[in-house]
Amino acid sequence: MSQLSVKHLLGIKHINKDDIDLIFKTADHFKEVINRPIKKVPSLRDITIANLFFENSTRTRLSFELAEKRLSADVVNFSASQSSVTKGETLIDTANNILSMKVDIIVMRHPHVGACDFLSQHVNAKIVNAGDGTHEHPTQALLDSFSIREKLGSVAGKKIVIVGDILHSRVALSNIYALKLQGAEIKVCGPKTLIPKYIESLGVSVEFDIKKALEWCDVANVLRVQNERMEINYFPSTREYSQLFGINKQLLDSLGKKILIMHPGPINRGVELTSDVADADQSIILNQVENGVAIRMAVIYLLAQQVERS
Amino acid sequence: MFGTVMGKKILLSSKEIHIILHRLACQLIENHTNFENTVLIGIQPRGSYLADRLVSILENDYHIPNVKLGLLDITFYRDDFRRRDTPLQANKTKINFIVEDKKVVFIDDVLFSGRSIRAALTAIQSFGRPSEIELLVLIDRRFSRHLPIQPDYSGSQVDVFNEEKVAVYWEEKDGKDAVYIINN
Repeated sequence: MSQLSVKHLLGIKHINKDDIDLIFKTADHFKEVINRPIKKVPSLRDITIANLFFENSTRTRLSFELAEKRLSADVVNFSASQSSVTKGETLIDTANNILSMKVDIIVMRHPHVGACDFLSQHVNAKIVNAGDGTHEHPTQALLDSFSIREKLGSVAGKKIVIVGDILHSRVALSNIYALKLQGAEIKVCGPKTLIPKYIESLGVSVEFDIKKALEWCDVANVLRVQNERMEINYFPSTREYSQLFGINKQLLDSLGKKILIMHPGPINRGVELTSDVADADQSIILNQVENGVAIRMAVIYLLAQQVERS
Repeated sequence: MFGTVMGKKILLSSKEIHIILHRLACQLIENHTNFENTVLIGIQPRGSYLADRLVSILENDYHIPNVKLGLLDITFYRDDFRRRDTPLQANKTKINFIVEDKKVVFIDDVLFSGRSIRAALTAIQSFGRPSEIELLVLIDRRFSRHLPIQPDYSGSQVDVFNEEKVAVYWEEKDGKDAVYIINN
């Protein structure tokens, strides 16, 4: 197979195992490209991409922009705080205005669940979801699995625990879909208030004891506590959270085996991970960031193949 | 009518290929002596077999050690992106050296339109600025070029119709060494 089965990357839910394999294979080549003295290929020189970010982001936005530029696409950036959205323009109007400037692909982050799905039905461009509310963040899940595959050889059969705020996390949901497709075993671990009630229906198990969860797993993907999405207090204090669900060096050393530590960033140092864990040699957080560029190059390259020539 | 019959015609046998490979190796030695400042680059996917063969002849039959060999994939540099019915999949690029100020020899099995070599000329720039670039091909399909590109070393020249395909078979990949002309 040399083509994706989908027209947009809205979520991992919509793609299949062959798509993931194709994205990974393509990303392998792009990872080699971004380690060359000249880290750029001319494939997308007649493609224009708009990055629409209706929500704050540094890493994802930078990663997408670098990926696009290393494919030689023309890139325009847009962030909600400086735009006409603050003057009351609707999402479709904003997107159509941008499209009339001949844009082929839109990469969008939006605070509302389903915003990318909605946009894909109303505008004539390829849409890449860079995070929609608490729903999905597909490229993050792909780069997480790609990093596991790189370190452990494959994802199939591996035991992965996702720790923290599962309720508000689009990274968790996309990861669960992606890991399931690849045949991994998944546990989630966090305060009861931050674990969705029917999470087991997705085929994952729940563990409330962090030590037991870590003893079970090969990889711990530790999520950020998303204070900005919590209107109420889900746990009594940050201090209590870090005591019950934070990972420190002492806890890691007590496991009797070396597990991989992942984090999608940005890290709240001292809350979900202590600094010595975040910087430990078993932490692959910076590999994830590097792989993010290769994965996004692959996704955009594969979607751009389907852009019709005018 | 000729040219319309289904089937394939043998162009080069295993023995002929053997002789040609040795001639090409000798021609390379004439121009590059001990290959101190020369690197061979096989163009992926099919050029890699020819490149491997030449390196093993240079090393085993002519005792030239440490010939530098790289593999270059040109998929991301092609000029037909979004213009093909089925997209091409990339292959591995493996160049563990810098080509800055080196003499580069591109190696490919068949030279047809010249577009692959055009892409390779762009792609190699990502690894530095070579002092010069030469082109070695096993089969030169004359009179079918779309671009002003000609080989410096060629195993055999053929004149075939554009609809016909020249297929190079390698023992390690296809079970035997042979070159065929295939009528579609």
